Amino acid sequence: MDMGHIYRRAPLARAMALMACACLSACKDPVQTRREPAAETAARGLIAIRDAGCGSCHEIPGLDWPKGRLAPSLNGFDDVGLIAGQLPNRPEVLAAFIRNAPLVKPGSTMPPMPVTRQEARDIASYLYGIDHD
Amino acid sequence: MIDALWGWPPPVLDPAGPYAAKVTTLAWSLFALGVIVTLVVIAALWAAIKGPPRVQAMLGGERAIWIGGVAFPGVVLTALLIWGLTLTATLTDPIEGDEMRIRVTGEMWWFRVQYLGDQGRVIMEDANEIHIPVGRPVVLELESADVIHSFWVPHLSGKKDMIPGRRTLLLVEADRPGEFGGVCAEYCGAQHALMGFVAVAHEPAAWNDWRDARLARIAAADGPRGTDLDMARTAAAGDAARGRNLFMDVGCAACHRVAGTDANGLAGPDLTHVGSRRTLGAGILPNHLGTMMGWIGDSQSIKPGNRMPSYDMLSAGELEAIALWLEQQK
Ligand code: HEC
Ligand code: HEC
Ligand SMILES: [Cu+2]
Repeated sequence: MDMGHIYRRAPLARAMALMACACLSACKDPVQTRREPAAETAARGLIAIRDAGCGSCHEIPGLDWPKGRLAPSLNGFDDVGLIAGQLPNRPEVLAAFIRNAPLVKPGSTMPPMPVTRQEARDIASYLYGIDHD
Repeated sequence: MIDALWGWPPPVLDPAGPYAAKVTTLAWSLFALGVIVTLVVIAALWAAIKGPPRVQAMLGGERAIWIGGVAFPGVVLTALLIWGLTLTATLTDPIEGDEMRIRVTGEMWWFRVQYLGDQGRVIMEDANEIHIPVGRPVVLELESADVIHSFWVPHLSGKKDMIPGRRTLLLVEADRPGEFGGVCAEYCGAQHALMGFVAVAHEPAAWNDWRDARLARIAAADGPRGTDLDMARTAAAGDAARGRNLFMDVGCAACHRVAGTDANGLAGPDLTHVGSRRTLGAGILPNHLGTMMGWIGDSQSIKPGNRMPSYDMLSAGELEAIALWLEQQK
Protein backbone atom coordinates (compact mmCIF):
# COMPACT_ATOMS: atom_id res chain seq x y z
CA MET A 1 0.00 0.00 0.00
CA ASP A 2 3.02 2.27 0.10
CA MET A 3 2.54 4.62 -2.81
CA GLY A 4 5.56 6.79 -2.19
CA HIS A 5 7.82 4.85 -4.51
CA ILE A 6 5.77 5.12 -7.67
CA TYR A 7 4.94 8.73 -7.07
CA ARG A 8 6.37 11.36 -9.41
CA ARG A 9 7.93 9.09 -12.01
CA ALA A 10 10.31 10.41 -14.58
CA PRO A 11 8.87 12.28 -17.58
CA LEU A 12 9.66 9.24 -19.72
CA ALA A 13 7.23 7.12 -17.75
CA ARG A 14 4.64 9.85 -18.07
CA ALA A 15 5.03 9.95 -21.83
CA MET A 16 4.77 6.17 -22.00
CA ALA A 17 1.59 6.21 -19.98
CA LEU A 18 0.10 8.84 -22.26
CA MET A 19 1.04 6.74 -25.27
CA ALA A 20 -0.50 3.70 -23.68
CA CYS A 21 -3.68 5.70 -23.15
CA ALA A 22 -3.69 6.80 -26.75
CA CYS A 23 -3.18 3.24 -28.03
CA LEU A 24 -5.89 1.91 -25.79
CA SER A 25 -8.38 4.50 -26.88
CA ALA A 26 -7.66 3.74 -30.53
CA CYS A 27 -9.22 0.29 -30.38
CA LYS A 28 -12.81 -0.02 -29.22
CA ASP A 29 -13.40 -1.90 -26.01
CA PRO A 30 -16.36 -4.21 -26.58
CA VAL A 31 -17.39 -4.64 -22.93
CA GLN A 32 -17.30 -1.15 -21.54
CA THR A 33 -19.25 0.96 -23.98
CA ARG A 34 -20.18 4.30 -22.60
CA ARG A 35 -23.91 3.76 -22.36
CA GLU A 36 -24.09 0.17 -21.15
CA PRO A 37 -21.68 -0.63 -18.39
CA ALA A 38 -21.75 -4.34 -17.59
CA ALA A 39 -23.56 -4.71 -14.29
CA GLU A 40 -20.93 -7.12 -13.04
CA THR A 41 -17.91 -4.90 -13.60
CA ALA A 42 -19.82 -2.00 -12.09
CA ALA A 43 -20.58 -4.04 -8.96
CA ARG A 44 -16.91 -4.95 -8.69
CA GLY A 45 -16.12 -1.29 -9.18
CA LEU A 46 -18.17 -0.26 -6.17
CA ILE A 47 -16.37 -2.84 -4.03
CA ALA A 48 -13.00 -1.57 -5.26
CA ILE A 49 -14.08 1.99 -4.45
CA ARG A 50 -14.98 0.94 -0.92
CA ASP A 51 -11.79 -1.04 -0.37
CA ALA A 52 -9.54 1.71 -1.70
CA GLY A 53 -11.12 4.34 0.54
CA CYS A 54 -12.01 6.78 -2.30
CA GLY A 55 -14.80 8.02 -0.04
CA SER A 56 -12.30 9.64 2.30
CA CYS A 57 -12.09 12.50 -0.24
CA HIS A 58 -15.11 12.06 -2.54
CA GLU A 59 -18.83 11.75 -2.11
CA ILE A 60 -19.82 8.87 -4.38
CA PRO A 61 -23.41 7.90 -5.15
CA GLY A 62 -24.03 4.35 -3.91
CA LEU A 63 -21.39 4.56 -1.21
CA ASP A 64 -22.99 5.18 2.21
CA TRP A 65 -19.78 5.99 4.00
CA PRO A 66 -17.55 7.91 4.07
CA LYS A 67 -18.61 11.02 2.19
CA GLY A 68 -15.48 13.15 2.08
CA ARG A 69 -15.72 16.74 0.94
CA LEU A 70 -12.12 17.50 0.06
CA ALA A 71 -12.62 16.62 -3.60
CA PRO A 72 -15.45 16.91 -6.15
CA SER A 73 -18.46 14.60 -5.86
CA LEU A 74 -18.25 11.77 -8.40
CA ASN A 75 -21.78 12.00 -9.62
CA GLY A 76 -21.94 10.34 -13.02
CA PHE A 77 -19.61 10.59 -15.99
CA ASP A 78 -22.02 9.65 -18.73
CA ASP A 79 -22.67 13.20 -19.84
CA VAL A 80 -20.15 15.50 -18.20
CA GLY A 81 -17.48 17.35 -20.15
CA LEU A 82 -13.85 16.80 -19.33
CA ILE A 83 -12.42 14.59 -16.59
CA ALA A 84 -10.91 16.79 -13.89
CA GLY A 85 -11.55 19.73 -16.21
CA GLN A 86 -8.88 18.67 -18.70
CA LEU A 87 -8.94 15.11 -19.95
CA PRO A 88 -11.14 13.62 -22.64
CA ASN A 89 -14.12 11.83 -21.13
CA ARG A 90 -13.39 8.21 -22.06
CA PRO A 91 -13.36 5.07 -19.88
CA GLU A 92 -9.68 4.27 -20.50
CA VAL A 93 -8.63 7.79 -19.66
CA LEU A 94 -10.78 7.76 -16.54
CA ALA A 95 -9.27 4.43 -15.48
CA ALA A 96 -5.75 5.76 -16.01
CA PHE A 97 -6.59 8.92 -14.07
CA ILE A 98 -7.95 6.91 -11.14
CA ARG A 99 -4.75 4.89 -10.87
CA ASN A 100 -2.30 7.72 -11.16
CA ALA A 101 -3.84 11.15 -11.56
CA PRO A 102 -0.62 13.22 -11.46
CA LEU A 103 0.80 11.07 -14.25
CA VAL A 104 -1.99 11.68 -16.74
CA LYS A 105 -2.85 15.18 -15.54
CA PRO A 106 0.38 16.84 -14.39
CA GLY A 107 -0.30 18.96 -11.35
CA SER A 108 -3.44 17.12 -10.34
CA THR A 109 -3.95 17.23 -6.61
CA MET A 110 -5.39 13.74 -6.42
CA PRO A 111 -2.64 11.34 -5.30
CA PRO A 112 -2.00 8.01 -7.05
CA MET A 113 -4.30 5.32 -5.68
CA PRO A 114 -3.36 1.71 -4.88
CA VAL A 115 -5.74 0.01 -7.30
CA THR A 116 -4.88 -2.52 -9.99
CA ARG A 117 -5.51 -1.82 -13.70
CA GLN A 118 -8.50 -4.12 -13.62
CA GLU A 119 -9.92 -2.43 -10.52
CA ALA A 120 -9.49 0.97 -12.14
CA ARG A 121 -11.42 -0.24 -15.21
CA ASP A 122 -14.17 -1.61 -12.95
CA ILE A 123 -14.35 1.66 -11.04
CA ALA A 124 -14.59 3.64 -14.28
CA SER A 125 -17.38 1.36 -15.39
CA TYR A 126 -19.20 1.95 -12.11
CA LEU A 127 -18.78 5.72 -12.34
CA TYR A 128 -20.17 5.77 -15.89
CA GLY A 129 -23.16 3.79 -14.72
CA ILE A 130 -24.28 6.46 -12.25
CA ASP A 131 -27.05 8.57 -13.74
CA HIS A 132 -25.99 12.16 -13.78
CA ASP A 133 -28.97 14.39 -13.20
CA MET B 1 -10.36 -4.28 5.01
CA ILE B 2 -9.91 -6.45 8.05
CA ASP B 3 -13.41 -6.87 9.39
CA ALA B 4 -14.16 -8.09 12.90
CA LEU B 5 -17.78 -8.99 12.34
CA TRP B 6 -18.38 -9.94 8.70
CA GLY B 7 -16.67 -12.41 6.44
CA TRP B 8 -16.64 -16.08 5.68
CA PRO B 9 -16.26 -18.06 7.86
CA PRO B 10 -17.81 -15.59 10.32
CA PRO B 11 -15.06 -14.47 12.72
CA VAL B 12 -17.09 -15.45 15.81
CA LEU B 13 -17.22 -19.04 14.55
CA ASP B 14 -13.61 -19.15 13.37
CA PRO B 15 -11.39 -19.25 16.46
CA ALA B 16 -7.71 -18.63 15.81
CA GLY B 17 -6.49 -19.52 19.29
CA PRO B 18 -7.26 -21.56 22.40
CA TYR B 19 -9.20 -18.87 24.27
CA ALA B 20 -11.50 -18.10 21.38
CA ALA B 21 -11.86 -21.85 20.79
CA LYS B 22 -13.27 -22.25 24.32
CA VAL B 23 -15.82 -19.54 23.69
CA THR B 24 -16.77 -21.11 20.37
CA THR B 25 -17.20 -24.54 21.99
CA LEU B 26 -19.51 -23.00 24.57
CA ALA B 27 -21.51 -21.24 21.87
CA TRP B 28 -21.94 -24.41 19.78
CA SER B 29 -22.90 -26.41 22.88
CA LEU B 30 -25.59 -23.89 23.75
CA PHE B 31 -26.84 -24.03 20.20
CA ALA B 32 -26.90 -27.86 20.13
CA LEU B 33 -28.72 -27.99 23.46
CA GLY B 34 -31.25 -25.49 22.17
CA VAL B 35 -31.87 -27.67 19.13
CA ILE B 36 -32.34 -30.79 21.28
CA VAL B 37 -34.79 -29.07 23.65
CA THR B 38 -36.75 -27.66 20.72
CA LEU B 39 -37.00 -31.14 19.14
CA VAL B 40 -38.14 -32.71 22.44
CA VAL B 41 -40.81 -30.04 22.91
CA ILE B 42 -42.08 -30.53 19.37
CA ALA B 43 -42.20 -34.32 19.88
CA ALA B 44 -44.05 -33.92 23.19
CA LEU B 45 -46.51 -31.52 21.57
CA TRP B 46 -47.16 -33.99 18.79
CA ALA B 47 -47.60 -36.86 21.28
CA ALA B 48 -49.96 -34.77 23.42
CA ILE B 49 -52.21 -34.11 20.43
CA LYS B 50 -51.96 -37.29 18.38
CA GLY B 51 -50.29 -39.86 20.61
CA PRO B 52 -51.87 -42.89 22.35
CA PRO B 53 -54.10 -42.06 25.38
CA ARG B 54 -51.58 -43.55 27.81
CA VAL B 55 -48.86 -41.09 26.67
CA GLN B 56 -51.33 -38.21 26.66
CA ALA B 57 -52.23 -38.94 30.27
CA MET B 58 -48.57 -39.12 31.21
CA LEU B 59 -47.77 -35.76 29.56
CA GLY B 60 -50.80 -34.14 31.20
CA GLY B 61 -49.90 -35.38 34.67
CA GLU B 62 -48.31 -33.39 37.46
CA ARG B 63 -45.17 -35.53 37.39
CA ALA B 64 -44.36 -34.45 33.83
CA ILE B 65 -44.39 -30.84 34.99
CA TRP B 66 -42.12 -31.50 37.97
CA ILE B 67 -39.62 -33.47 35.87
CA GLY B 68 -39.74 -31.72 32.49
CA GLY B 69 -40.61 -28.23 33.68
CA VAL B 70 -38.65 -27.86 36.91
CA ALA B 71 -36.02 -30.52 37.50
CA PHE B 72 -34.63 -30.75 33.96
CA PRO B 73 -34.24 -26.98 33.30
CA GLY B 74 -32.98 -26.50 36.85
CA VAL B 75 -30.19 -29.01 36.47
CA VAL B 76 -29.26 -28.08 32.90
CA LEU B 77 -29.28 -24.31 33.40
CA THR B 78 -27.30 -24.53 36.64
CA ALA B 79 -24.71 -26.73 34.95
CA LEU B 80 -24.49 -24.33 32.02
CA LEU B 81 -24.12 -21.35 34.33
CA ILE B 82 -21.26 -22.98 36.22
CA TRP B 83 -19.58 -24.01 32.98
CA GLY B 84 -20.01 -20.56 31.40
CA LEU B 85 -18.76 -18.66 34.44
CA THR B 86 -15.71 -20.85 35.05
CA LEU B 87 -14.88 -20.68 31.35
CA THR B 88 -15.04 -16.89 31.19
CA ALA B 89 -13.01 -16.76 34.40
CA THR B 90 -10.18 -18.65 32.68
CA LEU B 91 -10.07 -15.93 30.01
CA THR B 92 -8.98 -13.44 32.66
CA ASP B 93 -6.71 -15.64 34.82
CA PRO B 94 -3.46 -13.80 35.29
CA ILE B 95 -0.68 -16.14 34.25
CA GLU B 96 2.49 -16.41 36.25
CA GLY B 97 6.03 -15.94 35.09
CA ASP B 98 7.28 -14.97 31.68
CA GLU B 99 4.09 -13.54 30.34
CA MET B 100 3.82 -10.83 27.76
CA ARG B 101 1.75 -7.79 28.69
CA ILE B 102 0.16 -5.12 26.55
CA ARG B 103 -1.87 -2.26 27.95
CA VAL B 104 -4.76 -1.17 25.76
CA THR B 105 -6.69 1.95 26.69
CA GLY B 106 -10.04 2.78 25.15
CA GLU B 107 -10.43 6.44 24.21
CA MET B 108 -13.24 8.13 22.34
CA TRP B 109 -12.92 6.68 19.64
CA TRP B 110 -9.67 4.81 19.25
CA PHE B 111 -7.34 2.46 21.13
CA ARG B 112 -4.06 3.47 22.79
CA VAL B 113 -1.59 0.57 22.82
CA GLN B 114 1.44 0.26 25.14
CA TYR B 115 3.79 -2.71 25.23
CA LEU B 116 5.02 -3.34 28.76
CA GLY B 117 8.48 -4.54 29.76
CA ASP B 118 9.63 -6.54 32.78
CA GLN B 119 8.77 -4.06 35.50
CA GLY B 120 5.56 -2.96 33.92
CA ARG B 121 7.38 -0.07 32.24
CA VAL B 122 6.10 1.07 28.88
CA ILE B 123 8.66 0.04 26.27
CA MET B 124 6.79 0.73 23.02
CA GLU B 125 3.87 3.04 22.21
CA ASP B 126 1.41 2.49 19.39
CA ALA B 127 -2.28 2.80 18.55
CA ASN B 128 -5.12 0.91 16.92
CA GLU B 129 -3.02 -2.18 16.25
CA ILE B 130 -1.60 -4.91 18.48
CA HIS B 131 1.13 -7.29 17.38
CA ILE B 132 1.49 -10.64 19.12
CA PRO B 133 3.61 -13.75 18.61
CA VAL B 134 1.87 -17.00 17.66
CA GLY B 135 1.64 -19.64 20.38
CA ARG B 136 2.21 -17.43 23.40
CA PRO B 137 -0.54 -16.23 25.71
CA VAL B 138 -0.65 -12.46 26.05
CA VAL B 139 -2.19 -10.62 28.98
CA LEU B 140 -4.01 -7.48 27.96
CA GLU B 141 -4.40 -4.85 30.65
CA LEU B 142 -7.54 -3.01 29.62
CA GLU B 143 -8.25 0.54 30.76
CA SER B 144 -10.39 3.45 29.70
CA ALA B 145 -9.64 7.14 29.48
CA ASP B 146 -13.24 8.31 29.42
CA VAL B 147 -16.36 6.13 29.21
CA ILE B 148 -16.90 2.36 29.25
CA HIS B 149 -15.62 0.64 26.13
CA SER B 150 -15.27 -3.05 25.46
CA PHE B 151 -12.38 -4.86 23.81
CA TRP B 152 -13.26 -7.64 21.40
CA VAL B 153 -11.27 -9.61 18.81
CA PRO B 154 -13.70 -12.41 17.94
CA HIS B 155 -10.93 -14.57 16.44
CA LEU B 156 -8.82 -14.46 19.60
CA SER B 157 -10.93 -14.26 22.76
CA GLY B 158 -14.13 -13.17 24.46
CA LYS B 159 -15.23 -9.60 25.13
CA LYS B 160 -13.99 -7.61 28.10
CA ASP B 161 -15.17 -4.23 29.30
CA MET B 162 -12.74 -1.33 29.60
CA ILE B 163 -13.84 0.59 32.66
CA PRO B 164 -12.68 4.08 33.71
CA GLY B 165 -10.60 3.97 36.90
CA ARG B 166 -10.23 0.19 36.81
CA ARG B 167 -7.92 -2.30 35.19
CA THR B 168 -9.42 -5.44 33.70
CA LEU B 169 -7.44 -8.35 32.30
CA LEU B 170 -8.05 -10.42 29.19
CA LEU B 171 -6.00 -13.29 27.81
CA VAL B 172 -5.51 -13.68 24.08
CA GLU B 173 -3.48 -16.17 22.11
CA ALA B 174 -3.22 -16.91 18.42
CA ASP B 175 -2.32 -20.34 17.11
CA ARG B 176 -1.85 -19.20 13.52
CA PRO B 177 -0.40 -16.07 11.96
CA GLY B 178 -2.85 -13.61 10.47
CA GLU B 179 -4.61 -10.28 10.76
CA PHE B 180 -7.71 -10.26 12.89
CA GLY B 181 -10.20 -7.43 13.16
CA GLY B 182 -11.32 -6.05 16.51
CA VAL B 183 -14.06 -3.67 17.59
CA CYS B 184 -15.32 -1.73 20.56
CA ALA B 185 -18.25 -3.80 21.78
CA GLU B 186 -19.87 -1.39 24.24
CA TYR B 187 -21.73 1.68 23.05
CA CYS B 188 -19.47 4.63 23.86
CA GLY B 189 -20.82 7.62 21.97
CA ALA B 190 -21.50 8.89 18.48
CA GLN B 191 -18.61 7.18 16.72
CA HIS B 192 -18.74 3.88 18.62
CA ALA B 193 -19.42 2.07 15.35
CA LEU B 194 -16.20 3.49 13.86
CA MET B 195 -13.95 2.40 16.72
CA GLY B 196 -11.94 -0.62 15.64
CA PHE B 197 -8.43 -2.00 15.54
CA VAL B 198 -6.39 -4.84 14.11
CA ALA B 199 -4.61 -7.66 15.93
CA VAL B 200 -1.67 -9.03 13.95
CA ALA B 201 -0.24 -12.43 14.88
CA HIS B 202 3.32 -13.15 13.66
CA GLU B 203 5.37 -16.34 13.76
CA PRO B 204 7.58 -16.03 16.88
CA ALA B 205 10.80 -15.31 14.94
CA ALA B 206 9.06 -12.70 12.80
CA TRP B 207 7.59 -11.13 15.91
CA ASN B 208 11.04 -10.90 17.51
CA ASP B 209 12.38 -9.17 14.39
CA TRP B 210 9.43 -6.81 14.43
CA ARG B 211 10.01 -5.93 18.08
CA ASP B 212 13.76 -5.51 17.66
CA ALA B 213 13.24 -3.19 14.70
CA ARG B 214 10.85 -1.06 16.69
CA LEU B 215 13.09 -0.92 19.75
CA ALA B 216 16.05 0.01 17.53
CA ARG B 217 14.03 2.77 15.92
CA ILE B 218 13.03 4.11 19.34
CA ALA B 219 16.58 3.84 20.72
CA ALA B 220 17.93 5.74 17.72
CA ALA B 221 15.27 8.38 18.18
CA ASP B 222 15.95 8.79 21.90
CA GLY B 223 19.71 9.02 21.52
CA PRO B 224 21.52 12.37 21.50
CA ARG B 225 21.70 12.37 17.72
CA GLY B 226 18.13 11.26 17.33
CA THR B 227 16.93 14.36 15.60
CA ASP B 228 19.82 14.25 13.14
CA LEU B 229 19.09 10.66 12.32
CA ASP B 230 15.51 11.53 11.78
CA MET B 231 16.40 14.38 9.44
CA ALA B 232 18.73 12.09 7.50
CA ARG B 233 15.93 9.63 7.08
CA THR B 234 13.59 12.19 5.62
CA ALA B 235 16.11 14.29 3.75
CA ALA B 236 15.85 11.99 0.75
CA ALA B 237 12.37 13.22 -0.01
CA GLY B 238 12.19 16.98 -0.07
CA ASP B 239 8.43 17.02 0.20
CA ALA B 240 8.44 14.77 3.23
CA ALA B 241 10.91 17.00 5.05
CA ARG B 242 8.59 19.90 4.34
CA GLY B 243 5.75 17.78 5.71
CA ARG B 244 7.68 17.22 8.89
CA ASN B 245 8.08 20.95 9.42
CA LEU B 246 4.43 21.56 8.66
CA PHE B 247 3.45 18.86 11.15
CA MET B 248 5.29 20.78 13.86
CA ASP B 249 4.06 24.21 12.73
CA VAL B 250 0.33 23.72 12.20
CA GLY B 251 -0.31 22.16 15.61
CA CYS B 252 -0.38 18.41 15.00
CA ALA B 253 2.47 17.99 17.48
CA ALA B 254 0.27 19.27 20.29
CA CYS B 255 -1.86 16.15 20.14
CA HIS B 256 0.41 13.55 18.55
CA ARG B 257 3.72 12.00 19.48
CA VAL B 258 6.35 10.95 16.94
CA ALA B 259 9.40 9.46 18.66
CA GLY B 260 12.63 11.32 17.92
CA THR B 261 10.94 14.60 17.06
CA ASP B 262 9.57 17.48 19.09
CA ALA B 263 6.07 16.09 18.66
CA ASN B 264 5.07 14.98 22.14
CA GLY B 265 1.30 15.36 22.31
CA LEU B 266 -0.70 12.73 24.11
CA ALA B 267 -4.31 13.59 23.23
CA GLY B 268 -4.29 11.58 20.00
CA PRO B 269 -2.81 8.31 18.76
CA ASP B 270 0.97 7.87 18.77
CA LEU B 271 2.12 8.35 15.17
CA THR B 272 5.68 6.99 15.50
CA HIS B 273 4.76 3.96 13.39
CA VAL B 274 1.65 5.24 11.62
CA GLY B 275 3.12 4.49 8.18
CA SER B 276 3.20 0.78 8.96
CA ARG B 277 -0.38 0.53 10.19
CA ARG B 278 -2.91 -1.53 8.23
CA THR B 279 -5.61 1.05 8.83
CA LEU B 280 -6.27 4.71 9.60
CA GLY B 281 -8.88 6.35 11.80
CA ALA B 282 -9.04 3.41 14.25
CA GLY B 283 -9.53 0.46 11.93
CA ILE B 284 -11.88 2.17 9.49
CA LEU B 285 -9.89 3.16 6.38
CA PRO B 286 -7.12 1.43 4.43
CA ASN B 287 -3.83 3.22 5.03
CA HIS B 288 -2.20 4.91 2.05
CA LEU B 289 -1.24 8.37 0.86
CA GLY B 290 -4.77 9.14 -0.37
CA THR B 291 -6.64 8.15 2.78
CA MET B 292 -3.97 9.85 4.88
CA MET B 293 -4.58 13.12 3.03
CA GLY B 294 -8.33 12.63 3.28
CA TRP B 295 -8.17 11.97 7.02
CA ILE B 296 -5.95 14.96 7.82
CA GLY B 297 -7.88 17.35 5.59
CA ASP B 298 -11.36 16.28 6.52
CA SER B 299 -11.54 13.76 9.37
CA GLN B 300 -14.78 15.39 10.51
CA SER B 301 -16.60 14.22 7.36
CA ILE B 302 -15.18 10.73 7.69
CA LYS B 303 -15.76 10.33 11.44
CA PRO B 304 -18.04 13.20 12.54
CA GLY B 305 -17.40 14.47 16.05
CA ASN B 306 -14.03 12.75 16.47
CA ARG B 307 -11.56 14.71 18.57
CA MET B 308 -9.27 15.81 15.77
CA PRO B 309 -10.18 18.97 13.84
CA SER B 310 -10.39 18.91 10.03
CA TYR B 311 -7.43 20.71 8.52
CA ASP B 312 -9.30 22.02 5.50
CA MET B 313 -7.28 25.24 5.57
CA LEU B 314 -4.18 23.38 4.36
CA SER B 315 -3.49 23.43 0.63
CA ALA B 316 -3.43 20.16 -1.30
CA GLY B 317 0.35 20.43 -1.53
CA GLU B 318 0.70 20.88 2.22
CA LEU B 319 -1.65 17.98 2.95
CA GLU B 320 0.35 15.82 0.61
CA ALA B 321 3.67 16.78 2.19
CA ILE B 322 2.44 15.95 5.69
CA ALA B 323 0.88 12.70 4.48
CA LEU B 324 4.11 11.71 2.70
CA TRP B 325 6.12 12.27 5.85
CA LEU B 326 3.66 10.34 8.01
CA GLU B 327 3.60 7.42 5.57
CA GLN B 328 7.38 7.22 6.09
CA GLN B 329 6.98 6.75 9.84
CA LYS B 330 7.19 2.98 9.87
C1 HEC C 1 -6.62 12.62 -1.17
C2 HEC C 1 -8.00 12.71 -1.56
C3 HEC C 1 -8.47 11.84 -2.72
C4 HEC C 1 -8.66 10.49 -2.74
C5 HEC C 1 -8.38 9.49 -1.60
C6 HEC C 1 -9.22 10.19 -4.02
N1 HEC C 1 -9.35 11.32 -4.77
FE1 HEC C 1 -10.18 11.48 -6.62
N2 HEC C 1 -9.80 13.47 -6.64
C7 HEC C 1 -9.19 14.16 -5.63
C8 HEC C 1 -8.99 15.53 -6.05
C9 HEC C 1 -8.33 16.61 -5.21
C10 HEC C 1 -9.52 15.63 -7.35
C11 HEC C 1 -9.49 16.82 -8.29
C12 HEC C 1 -8.23 16.60 -9.09
C13 HEC C 1 -8.00 17.49 -10.27
O1 HEC C 1 -8.85 18.32 -10.58
O2 HEC C 1 -6.95 17.30 -10.89
C14 HEC C 1 -10.01 14.31 -7.69
C15 HEC C 1 -10.64 14.01 -8.90
C16 HEC C 1 -11.17 12.76 -9.19
C17 HEC C 1 -11.90 12.47 -10.38
C18 HEC C 1 -12.27 13.46 -11.47
C19 HEC C 1 -13.45 14.24 -10.98
C20 HEC C 1 -14.08 15.16 -12.00
O3 HEC C 1 -15.06 15.79 -11.62
O4 HEC C 1 -13.65 15.21 -13.14
C21 HEC C 1 -12.23 11.16 -10.33
C22 HEC C 1 -13.02 10.36 -11.33
C23 HEC C 1 -11.70 10.62 -9.10
N3 HEC C 1 -11.06 11.63 -8.43
C24 HEC C 1 -11.83 9.31 -8.70
C25 HEC C 1 -11.27 8.80 -7.52
C26 HEC C 1 -11.31 7.40 -7.18
C27 HEC C 1 -11.99 6.31 -7.98
C28 HEC C 1 -10.66 7.28 -6.00
C29 HEC C 1 -10.35 5.99 -5.21
C30 HEC C 1 -9.59 5.00 -5.93
C31 HEC C 1 -10.23 8.61 -5.60
N4 HEC C 1 -10.61 9.49 -6.56
C32 HEC C 1 -9.56 8.91 -4.42
C33 HEC C 1 -8.83 13.68 -4.39
C34 HEC C 1 -8.89 12.35 -4.01
C1 HEC D 1 -6.81 18.36 19.14
C2 HEC D 1 -5.91 17.26 19.00
C3 HEC D 1 -5.44 16.87 17.62
C4 HEC D 1 -4.77 17.64 16.70
C5 HEC D 1 -4.40 19.11 16.80
C6 HEC D 1 -4.46 16.75 15.61
N1 HEC D 1 -4.93 15.49 15.86
FE1 HEC D 1 -4.69 13.87 14.68
N2 HEC D 1 -5.87 12.80 15.92
C7 HEC D 1 -6.39 13.25 17.12
C8 HEC D 1 -7.26 12.23 17.66
C9 HEC D 1 -8.05 12.32 18.96
C10 HEC D 1 -7.24 11.15 16.75
C11 HEC D 1 -8.03 9.84 16.85
C12 HEC D 1 -9.39 10.08 16.25
C13 HEC D 1 -10.26 8.87 16.23
O1 HEC D 1 -9.88 7.87 15.59
O2 HEC D 1 -11.35 8.91 16.82
C14 HEC D 1 -6.34 11.54 15.69
C15 HEC D 1 -6.00 10.71 14.61
C16 HEC D 1 -5.03 11.01 13.69
C17 HEC D 1 -4.53 10.10 12.69
C18 HEC D 1 -4.96 8.65 12.51
C19 HEC D 1 -4.12 7.76 13.36
C20 HEC D 1 -4.51 6.32 13.30
O3 HEC D 1 -3.70 5.47 13.59
O4 HEC D 1 -5.64 6.00 12.93
C21 HEC D 1 -3.60 10.77 11.97
C22 HEC D 1 -2.79 10.22 10.80
C23 HEC D 1 -3.54 12.11 12.49
N3 HEC D 1 -4.40 12.22 13.54
C24 HEC D 1 -2.71 13.11 11.98
C25 HEC D 1 -2.78 14.43 12.39
C26 HEC D 1 -2.12 15.52 11.71
C27 HEC D 1 -1.25 15.38 10.48
C28 HEC D 1 -2.44 16.67 12.40
C29 HEC D 1 -2.05 18.09 12.05
C30 HEC D 1 -2.37 18.54 10.71
C31 HEC D 1 -3.28 16.28 13.52
N4 HEC D 1 -3.46 14.92 13.48
C32 HEC D 1 -3.76 17.14 14.47
C33 HEC D 1 -6.16 14.46 17.70
C34 HEC D 1 -5.54 15.53 17.08
CU1 LIG E 1 -15.68 2.48 22.49
